[in-house]
Amino acid sequence: MTALTPEQALPIRQPADSAEELRIVPHRRPWRLVAGLVALVLAAQFLHGLAVNPGWDWPTFRAFVFSDSILRAVGVTLQLTAYGTVLGFALGAVIAALRLSGSPILRTIAWTYVWAFRSIPLIVQLVFWFNLAYLYKRIGIGVPFGPTFASFGTTDLLGALGAAVLGLALHQAAYAAEIIRGGVLAVDAGQLEAAAALGIPKFRQAWRIVLPQAMRGILPNAANEVISLFKGTSIVYVMAIGELFYQVQVVYGRTGRVVPLLMVATVWYVLLTTALSLVQYHVERYFARGSERHAPPTPWQRLRAAVTESKEKRA
Amino acid sequence: MSGDGTTAMVEVRGVHKRFGRLEVLRGIDLDVRPGTVTVVLGPSGSGKSTLLRAVNHLEKLDQGYVRVDGELIGYRRVGDKLRELPEREVLKQRTRLGFVFQNFNLFPHLTVLENLVEAPVGALGVPREEARARALELLERVGLADKAAEYPRRLSGGQQQRVAIARALALEPKVLLFDEPTSALDPELVGEVLDVIKDLARTGTTMIVVTHEIGFAREVADTVVFMDGGVVVEQGPPARVLDDPQHERTRAFLAKVL
Repeated sequence: MTALTPEQALPIRQPADSAEELRIVPHRRPWRLVAGLVALVLAAQFLHGLAVNPGWDWPTFRAFVFSDSILRAVGVTLQLTAYGTVLGFALGAVIAALRLSGSPILRTIAWTYVWAFRSIPLIVQLVFWFNLAYLYKRIGIGVPFGPTFASFGTTDLLGALGAAVLGLALHQAAYAAEIIRGGVLAVDAGQLEAAAALGIPKFRQAWRIVLPQAMRGILPNAANEVISLFKGTSIVYVMAIGELFYQVQVVYGRTGRVVPLLMVATVWYVLLTTALSLVQYHVERYFARGSERHAPPTPWQRLRAAVTESKEKRA
Repeated sequence: MSGDGTTAMVEVRGVHKRFGRLEVLRGIDLDVRPGTVTVVLGPSGSGKSTLLRAVNHLEKLDQGYVRVDGELIGYRRVGDKLRELPEREVLKQRTRLGFVFQNFNLFPHLTVLENLVEAPVGALGVPREEARARALELLERVGLADKAAEYPRRLSGGQQQRVAIARALALEPKVLLFDEPTSALDPELVGEVLDVIKDLARTGTTMIVVTHEIGFAREVADTVVFMDGGVVVEQGPPARVLDDPQHERTRAFLAKVL
């Protein structure tokens, strides 16, 4: 900006010459707009069909979606999910710890557990547990290969719901163990070394230093597992347990209205999965503290950010 | 704990360490008197970091022993055997030795203050309030009192390393061990970390510093140890080892780095 060349000093309007005068124009993408409009039309068509096609039978949907039997079934589904998750991840944590331990025997046992329960289809396993009484009529507590102190009839101890929870939890534990192990392995080895150099006791190292950092890797996968378990509980309908999918089948078996009742189940599954995703988002946020990369913004936050940005641009 | 005639704060005797077939330490003897600074120099792969890690039993030994203030580290003598101590005991011993890593290894999910409080509370059972007060004093000392509530990753490398030094000091160790404390830093941040270490040296903290900073060694060290190929080639006051080295290998190394 110190000295102007003679041409720039001319008062006549010339084609812009200096960098400041050149305007930057983003590349135009007309086809993007067209594609977006086409997609919107198709979506509108689908939504319109949902509203006006009598096949969806919304009155029946409304009659059942909050009915007692369906609500009770939702409760059973949530119960199965909760027990499966809590027991599965508790056992999974133990198995992960065994697999990470220094003992080759414990490592092998943990590996074998994961191998076995990932190999057997869940549905096969569930039917097995349901028929446990056929294999073992009584289950007792005592010295291995020695005397028994107390014993119970298998069917008393393990009803259908119990068998389902057991099956789901054992199945879940195998996957949970691998997820937890993966999270722990992803923590920088220097962290453990620093904790060891500071003389922090073993358990505290795991609980205060390793686990909170491992959680970042564990959570997205764990949330996947919980959600897939939540929907996967529908598989226990084979044991005639009144969870959501079984109950819906019972109702449409009686009334013959298949589609609206499938919609009842769908809406419940979608709603509750959405709730789980929200929980996941906030838990991930919590464990992201101190990290450079935070959990990505939710669609809602993204929308709000876009709106405020465009407002600022206009202002 | 002392009183068996030795005057050394750290006593390394005949230490050997192998990684597979590679013998990294091949019989190290070293004495560090209380209140002195020992700087360990040497080319990479000479075993200097391994030696430092052996002092607080981050590495197990294949032969020899390390004593700090008269106490065997990581082992206990039973007749003619050195039995490795259970981890619990080793962890207790390590609270008396501060270790500063090349890569800081601060706990990223804890604030700066929590980083300093964690070990005194978790390992020594110091009441939390007391540990916090002490931590704030230490942060003041390394010039980072205003960063107490910050997470480590928000700090520059030099600031992180100063926090790491404060964290090591929080246990009030008898000896501080530095493993290349400035090697991971941008050149303009090296000075602030070295200043903190110099300040500690002036207050009579016993330290062993593995480093490549020859200038720092000359200024601060009471003893300079030159290692190569897993042995101590020579050691002595900086004026002798740095300015009048007796061994060809020392001369060759110094010619390269100076």
